[in-house]
Formats: sequence, structure tokens, C-alpha cells
Amino acid sequence: MVLWRVPLDSEEIQTTIGIVHILEDRCKGCGFCIEFCPRQVLQFSKRFNTKGYHPPSVVKPGECVNCHYCEIICPEFAIYSVEDLTQSGHAAGPETEVS
Amino acid sequence: MTPTNKSINHPLDDLLRTDRIPHIWCPGCGIGTAFAACLTAMKASGIDLEKTVMVSGIGCSGRGAGYVMLDSYHTTHGRAIPFATGLKLANPELNVVVFSGDGDLFAIGGNHFIHGARRNVDITVVCVNNLNYGMTGGQVAATTPLGAKTTTTPVGNPDGPFNLPLMAYAAGASYVSRWTILHTRDMTESIKDALLNRGFAFVEVLSPCPVNFGRRNKEKALDSLRLYQEKTIIKNDAHPSELDIDFERGVTLGKFVDIERPTCIDRYDATCRPPEMLEEEKAA
Repeated sequence: MVLWRVPLDSEEIQTTIGIVHILEDRCKGCGFCIEFCPRQVLQFSKRFNTKGYHPPSVVKPGECVNCHYCEIICPEFAIYSVEDLTQSGHAAGPETEVS
Repeated sequence: MTPTNKSINHPLDDLLRTDRIPHIWCPGCGIGTAFAACLTAMKASGIDLEKTVMVSGIGCSGRGAGYVMLDSYHTTHGRAIPFATGLKLANPELNVVVFSGDGDLFAIGGNHFIHGARRNVDITVVCVNNLNYGMTGGQVAATTPLGAKTTTTPVGNPDGPFNLPLMAYAAGASYVSRWTILHTRDMTESIKDALLNRGFAFVEVLSPCPVNFGRRNKEKALDSLRLYQEKTIIKNDAHPSELDIDFERGVTLGKFVDIERPTCIDRYDATCRPPEMLEEEKAA
């Protein structure tokens, strides 16, 4: 059950959509970006990079809101996001937050 | 959609010696995050990066100076602050940033830190505190919490840790704050404020050391970050004497001191180079 209310202006507020770029060969697989992504956009991939770590991969490409948290917590300078200028979405209500 | 795009570079690549990346820091180590925050803060503060230098001492975080695409100096063990003081006195136009670890700044370099803060040298000190001597194999450090296991204290550390913000405050630093690498945005803002503060600015950054500290205390990198999430409380302007690091009770984060007082150069000029003396010299 979702206990919080929907903001009245959630239909009007525009959210940005981000595109996540991963520099796979810099990744050391610490998992910080995967653990702390607010939208659970990332997941460990099955494949290895050249150093033998599992880099993250984007599993929900449309969900990224371009908050840059993965970019600033990554200790390896291996991930960053840029705004997708071709599309923008509405602020998500709690319906989409249910896990 | 392919997430990998090598033609676009990371936003911090212009401040990095990319030929040396990936860096030596272990997977799960937080120094990279603190270092990235420091670079972001340097960019965001609007200071002239041509006149910015980074100084670091010895240790894991001492490697920071080697990765930044600015003038940087990797000094001898514990002597980052005296070196930075010299840089600042010789060329007061420079923005001097000291990026180093707790062992370097507070154990072997402890006295230098105290006297740098006492003189209020106009430098910014970012101390990455990983609670042990990480590079040499995880020995007990001056900041290891009470009861923590390290290579040299296999049954637990019998001594209490240093309260770094209290020491900085007591010695006279004009900006003191503490954050963890999980509070990345606050940490970046804080480093930015510290860079713009006129005087001795000190930012302590708590960072996990999964390989040497975590392994002996059953604490993986993500466990440390969860600890930072659950066991910390942000309390700006808390009195520095309440800031002991004890994760059982909770660790206080925030900005504790932000004052303005005459710097080392101000006082030197007022005492040794008063205007009348300079005029006399000119006349003579």
C-alpha cells in the first residue's frame, strides 16, 4: 500500500529523462551506482570487462530521471548521465513507485 | 539501446590525467568519490584553475595529486600542510588544496595540521578518513574507532579515536565540516564553500576501506555505506566536542564552523610589513 499522496501538480511538472553512459573498462564492480540509483535503473551485467569485473548495465532505460547520483558516487569516473533532449516525461505519481 | 558510448567523455575527464585511469584505489574504496567531489567542487566554485594546486602526502589518498590535471605535488609523509603553507606564502595568488588521508594529516602530520590551523593559513584541507592505515595493510590508526579490529589490534582497538573536527576547531580553523561519501552532494557543496572560505578550511570525509578495515570488521563497502545512511545524523553547527565517531551511537555530520578571521598572510603583513615601514624603505 502506498501511503503518500500525489502532488496536485504532478501532471504539469516536467521531469527530465536521462541517458546513462557507462565507460565499462573503468568499472571495478563496486555496485554503488546499482545500490543507490533512486529508480533502480541499473543492474550488474553477466559479462566481464577487460579487468574481469561485472560492469553495470541499464535495465530500465526510460526510467532514468537524470539525477546524476550514479555519476557523483562512482569512485571510478566510469558512469555519467546526460539529458535526453528528445523526450520528457511527467512527474511520476506513486502508482509507478510500487515495488 | 547501447549504454556504452566512448566518443563522449566523462564530465570530469578534462581535470583528470586520463592516461593514469583506472586509478589504484580498490573496488569499493570511497577515495575516488571524494576525489571526484573535490574536482566537481573546484569546477563549481569558479576559482581560477590555472592558479589552483593540489598537494597530497603519502597514503592511498595521497595518490590524488597524481591523477589531477593541475599543478600538483606529492610530498613526503605528513608534510603536505607545511608544503602547502610554503606554496601559499611564496605565491599568495594560488588556491592551495591539500587532499590527503587521516594517517598522513593526523598521525605523522598531526602537528603540522595543528599549526596550520593556528596560523590560519589560507588553504583548503580535504581529509579522507578511512579509519585505518589502508595502504600499509590495515594497521591501527589515530582514527580507528574503539574496539575495531585491525592488523595490529586483532582483539579490538583499546583506544578511542581522534575527533578531527574538534581538533581543527580547537586549533583555530575557520571552516570545519564532516561528511561521508554517501552524502555526495553535501560534501561537494561543503568542499566548494571550503575553497571559497578565506582561511584554514577543513573538510573531513568518511570513506569505506573494504579491503583492509572492512575485511577485519565484517563490513563490506555497501555495508559501510548503509551504516552511513542509517547511523548518521546531520546537525549543522553542532558543538565540535559532540562529534566522536561511534557508529553504535551515531555519527554527527554537518558544517560546524564557518567564521572569518585574519589569515597568516594578513597578520604577517600587518606585523612585518606595515605601510609606514614600506614607505620608509621606498624613501631610503
